[in-house]
Amino acid sequence: MRGETSSSNLKKSRRFSLQAPLTTITWMTENLHRHTVTERALQQIFNFNRKPADEDKDDDLSDSEDSVYSGLEDSGSDSEEEEGSDEEEGSDDDDDKMKEKKEGEVSEEKKKDEYEHDSSDEEDIRNTVGNIPMEWYKDFPHIGYNLDGKKIYKPIRNKDELDDFLDKMENPEYWRTVHDKQTGSDIVLSDDQVELVNRLQRGQFGDVNFNEYEPMVEFFSSDVMIHPVTNRPADKRSFIPSLTEKEKVSKLVHAIKMGWIKPRRVEDDGRGRYYNLWASEDSSILARHKMHLPAPKIPLPGHHESYNPPPEYLFTDEERALWEQQDPADRKLPFVPRKYSSLRQVPAFSQFIHERFERCLDLYLCPRQRKMRVNVNPEDLIPQLPKPKDLQPFPTTRSLVYRGHSGLVRSISVSPSGQWLASGSDDGSVRFWEVCSSRCMKTVQVGGAVKSVAWNPNPSVCLLAVALDSVVLILSPSLADKQVILSSERLLSAQQEGEEPAEGNGSVVWSEAEGEELNQGLRLKIQHPKAVHQVVWHAKGDYLASVMPDNTSHLQVYIHQLSRRRSQNPFSRNKGLVQCVSFHPIRPYFFVATQRSIRIYNLVKQEMTKKLQTNSKWISSMAVHPGGDHVICGSYDCKLSWFDLDLSTKPYKMLRHHKKAVRGVAYHRLYPLFASASDDGSVIVCHGTVYNDLLQNPLIVPVKVLRGHVMTHDLGVLDVTFHPTQPWVFSSGADATICLFT
Amino acid sequence: MGGLQKKKFERGSATNYITRNRARKKLQLSLPDFRRLCILKGIYPHEPKHKKKVNKGSTAPRTFYLLKDIRFLLHEPIVGKFREYKIFVRKLKKAYGKTEWSAVERVRENKPTYKLDHIIKERYPTFIDALRDIDDALCMCFLFSTFARTGKCHVQTIQLCRRLTVEWMNYVIASRSLRKVFLSIKGIYYQAEVMGQLITWVVPYQFSHDHPVDVDYRVMATFTELYTTLLGFVSFRLYSSLNLVYPPKLDSNGESEPKEESEDDYAMNSESYLEKLSALSASLARVVSSADEEEAQLDQFPSEGEDMEKMEAREKELKQQEAQKKLFEGLKFYLNREVPRESLAFVIRCFGGQVSWDKSVCIGSTYDVTDETITHQIIDRPSVGKQYINRYYIQPQWLYDCVNAKILLPVEDYFLGVTLPPHLSPFVEEKEGDYVPPEKLKMMALQRGEKPGNEQEEDEEEEEEEGEQEEEEEQEEDDNGDEEDDEEEVAEEKNLKKMEEQRSQGKSLHVKVTPGKLKVENKARLEQEEKAEEKRLAIMMMKKKEKYLYDKIMFGKKRKVREANKLAAKRKTHDDAEKAKKKKARK
Repeated sequence: MRGETSSSNLKKSRRFSLQAPLTTITWMTENLHRHTVTERALQQIFNFNRKPADEDKDDDLSDSEDSVYSGLEDSGSDSEEEEGSDEEEGSDDDDDKMKEKKEGEVSEEKKKDEYEHDSSDEEDIRNTVGNIPMEWYKDFPHIGYNLDGKKIYKPIRNKDELDDFLDKMENPEYWRTVHDKQTGSDIVLSDDQVELVNRLQRGQFGDVNFNEYEPMVEFFSSDVMIHPVTNRPADKRSFIPSLTEKEKVSKLVHAIKMGWIKPRRVEDDGRGRYYNLWASEDSSILARHKMHLPAPKIPLPGHHESYNPPPEYLFTDEERALWEQQDPADRKLPFVPRKYSSLRQVPAFSQFIHERFERCLDLYLCPRQRKMRVNVNPEDLIPQLPKPKDLQPFPTTRSLVYRGHSGLVRSISVSPSGQWLASGSDDGSVRFWEVCSSRCMKTVQVGGAVKSVAWNPNPSVCLLAVALDSVVLILSPSLADKQVILSSERLLSAQQEGEEPAEGNGSVVWSEAEGEELNQGLRLKIQHPKAVHQVVWHAKGDYLASVMPDNTSHLQVYIHQLSRRRSQNPFSRNKGLVQCVSFHPIRPYFFVATQRSIRIYNLVKQEMTKKLQTNSKWISSMAVHPGGDHVICGSYDCKLSWFDLDLSTKPYKMLRHHKKAVRGVAYHRLYPLFASASDDGSVIVCHGTVYNDLLQNPLIVPVKVLRGHVMTHDLGVLDVTFHPTQPWVFSSGADATICLFT
Repeated sequence: MGGLQKKKFERGSATNYITRNRARKKLQLSLPDFRRLCILKGIYPHEPKHKKKVNKGSTAPRTFYLLKDIRFLLHEPIVGKFREYKIFVRKLKKAYGKTEWSAVERVRENKPTYKLDHIIKERYPTFIDALRDIDDALCMCFLFSTFARTGKCHVQTIQLCRRLTVEWMNYVIASRSLRKVFLSIKGIYYQAEVMGQLITWVVPYQFSHDHPVDVDYRVMATFTELYTTLLGFVSFRLYSSLNLVYPPKLDSNGESEPKEESEDDYAMNSESYLEKLSALSASLARVVSSADEEEAQLDQFPSEGEDMEKMEAREKELKQQEAQKKLFEGLKFYLNREVPRESLAFVIRCFGGQVSWDKSVCIGSTYDVTDETITHQIIDRPSVGKQYINRYYIQPQWLYDCVNAKILLPVEDYFLGVTLPPHLSPFVEEKEGDYVPPEKLKMMALQRGEKPGNEQEEDEEEEEEEGEQEEEEEQEEDDNGDEEDDEEEVAEEKNLKKMEEQRSQGKSLHVKVTPGKLKVENKARLEQEEKAEEKRLAIMMMKKKEKYLYDKIMFGKKRKVREANKLAAKRKTHDDAEKAKKKKARK
């Protein structure tokens, strides 16, 4: 027994020396394994108890400190062995030397039975069936075989439940009796064994004498000791290079070479390390191409943005309401100006980050375009024209107003002598005025709204053509010396004899005026099939043309010959709504203005010679220059176009002087003047010099804006005409007055 | 005959532009990467002149880049870095997914980084180019430096921004280049003149930010990345131009006392150093410890006539600038704790003043409240407990107004508890015809050296002004039309008209012969009218195109005048109301 103990001790010590470096680690794991230790210990105890004959001395465990323990130790698995050695460590180390001494004495004994019980699976040597469920033997009389191959018989079962109970009640040892399944016998534990179980259950060391709190001896301290901890010679492998390591290293080297593994980057704080970037400034790398547009800077803040702005920059209530109503994109200021009485009251601006962000977006997202800013002095844009002063004479002031009409005055005409003025009005009357005195000499009630009046341009006769409804009247106002009156009477009566009522066109009827009308000066009536809008005399005073605008028929223009009382329709085809017509002052040309163009017909050849494009929407009036080479034409879309017939069929100049529709245009017979009358109540007199030199274009200069008429019913000036000899202009307006500007 | 048929959109402007999507595909970048690249490289879309031509006949809204720009991007090394980064993110994700922490760590260690130095150099080939474009960089850095160190962006970025802004402010102080300051409701605008370039930046007031949700901070961060690099290089260059040490060091021989003090308060030495720098109270160390810089004297060049005048003007301006640089020299300021310390310290130091504050407000205070030599104490509270007799207690606006006026303004208007005069923007330069607030006129008078009169004079002045304005209005109306005549004339005309009417209606007139008045013909006026009419007639003869342009210009002018008049009228009503109030109060 002693030998066994010492042998286990020796083993332990050897193991200990080998495993010394592991101690610290296993210390920690000890607790984890403790419960398994308990189990095994119990089994071991039974084993001891089962061979009381051999191990008498063992019963008192007090004399050998590790007897129980060593058995336990030996039966444990590898991990437990380590553990055991750890546990031993504390208690063993002081006893170690003593045991070494013993070792020599009992070495012989030890060798004999060193491995007697030392196998881990050799647990119960009395029954050789091994670790099998004992139920397998329940139908047999035996429960196994001993070492010699003899059957081990079951003890005679005489205990039933009742016996068991009685035993439990009566046997004071019952609580410490344990049934051993393998031998089928009951074992009563001794006091020491019970104590051991209790200790293990409490989690204490099995050995009573074991001191858990021994001071630790540090083998591996910083102090250099004279003796080595272990005397074992170094292995060979510690002198030769490891092949596996070599393999691994070569793999890594290869990976590095191939670039699969990158060396650990040197941590360089690139951010925040600055140097002189522009040390070598060469302007050769002006990299940006010429399309580069640098971003504009943020506009600088004005007074509005101050925390304490002058009071006028703050919003009033209306302005604030307006600001709030507006869409954020339309607002002039993106914020509301505020006033704070001191700096400490100024709060944070909530849109600050927003604004920065917007700026960022602008910088990289906003498409840029070069905008050519027009930096032009507006004065330079105004054309340099000759001064109006140098272009005198022209009418400048309103000198006379002719009042008397009660309706709007549609048309006016001045006698060739320049002494008389005739006007036709919507009130159904034609009035004759003396120009110089503005006196109304005569009023003729014609019984209908007068559309147009025209004085015969021949100074040797004194006749007036009046258009109203569908009639053209020829009046002889007898406002001239006798000879002239006579000659005009003669002109009218001359045909009466020669011309029988033989009208070529049945639609036009010539008739003499009679009775009361004759007294008023009415001489002839020319009845038209449709309403007449305009009458125009030829320069010689024998022909007159009348216009009946009608879109549907070709019967729009008639040319009447007064001396022969004949009428004819020169056109066989409808070329559009005729607005007005005019005779060429010298040559046998006839101008017809339709809605959008002016056609010029040669009356002799009976063909169209030219078609002028006016580029306006609706022509209202037309006038031919006394030279005959220029035409002006006013339109309802506020434009006045000047045509140079020698130059082109397109307007030489478009004048947009008026704000509203142009109603009438007129040339002066002698002076280089022309005038236009418009619905905006103004008459604009322009200077228009025409040169004989064909190379020089006409010079057109507006010289005066004349105002004198009052707007009525959205109509201003309706007609305009020049005095035949003086630089005077007459205008008739919707306010029933006629003005003379001199 | 013969030749190949021309195809549409194969030459001309259609080939010069590329749409964003096509550009992206060409560069093989994702949209965020493309954006970053555009931001860093400064590539922006162009608006073609003929959109339909460029868009191949379609009018769909598209953004176009110049093809040249995109080609230029093709060779950018940073594109490779972007791709590397993409791979890095992929690897990292993979490692995370597999929970291989060692792999994560390894991948992290190899995170690709890139430098923007070459981009800065490329975008700004010369230093002046960089300076010209530094406004936005400054604004952004100042904004980022005020962010809280959580959330919206990396802490390092914020720290770097803070460092750079402090460096910038220190430079401005050292070079004394600040010119104008403006307290707006958005923040404080500063304008400095650095190497002849006017640089303006805005600093938000010191409050925590209310981060809006509809702002993409990634875009802002990319910009900041670029701007910090730019600002760093610019700072380096600027510091070296002044012979200052970069990164800035405090002048060690100057004040050693506050340093010792602070060392206990701040755990991290580097942080405390930045704090000390940002206190802006100490001067910076120089590379060459020279004494004073020689003042750059303007050399006299022999010049004649106009040049002479110009030279004189320049000299005068220079002198004025020099004077402005020493505006606060010799003054000793003390900042109360409620005023914005950084801004005020910055401004005061920029103009040579001495400044200190309470020790508990910030590190780096140099003297105490009790210092008897303090001349001005900046204070922004209605009243103060203990007042020292030998110093002015003024509100902070005084400093800013002084800087803008370039002279020391009278302190009376800025005393404790006094209603402050309006703070005007120094950036507004009124042209002729613009509205000038009366405060500005007053300031200009002060600048000219006139003494501020008493209130009556002021009133008179104002009245005069109003008179002027009225005249202006009249002139304007004259321009509009010649309808306005003297009232008398109008009355007479009316009378005549009436008589005429009566006569024409055939009524007998109650005629009375009255002695006629001699009408004095105002010759000058007549002439003026004539001229105006001439002009009007000439305008009628303008060509359509020119007329349109002229009308547009005139409209703009008139609107300006209208606005100015409106402001003047508003001011007048306000002043009248004030006067009435005053009168009431007196009674």
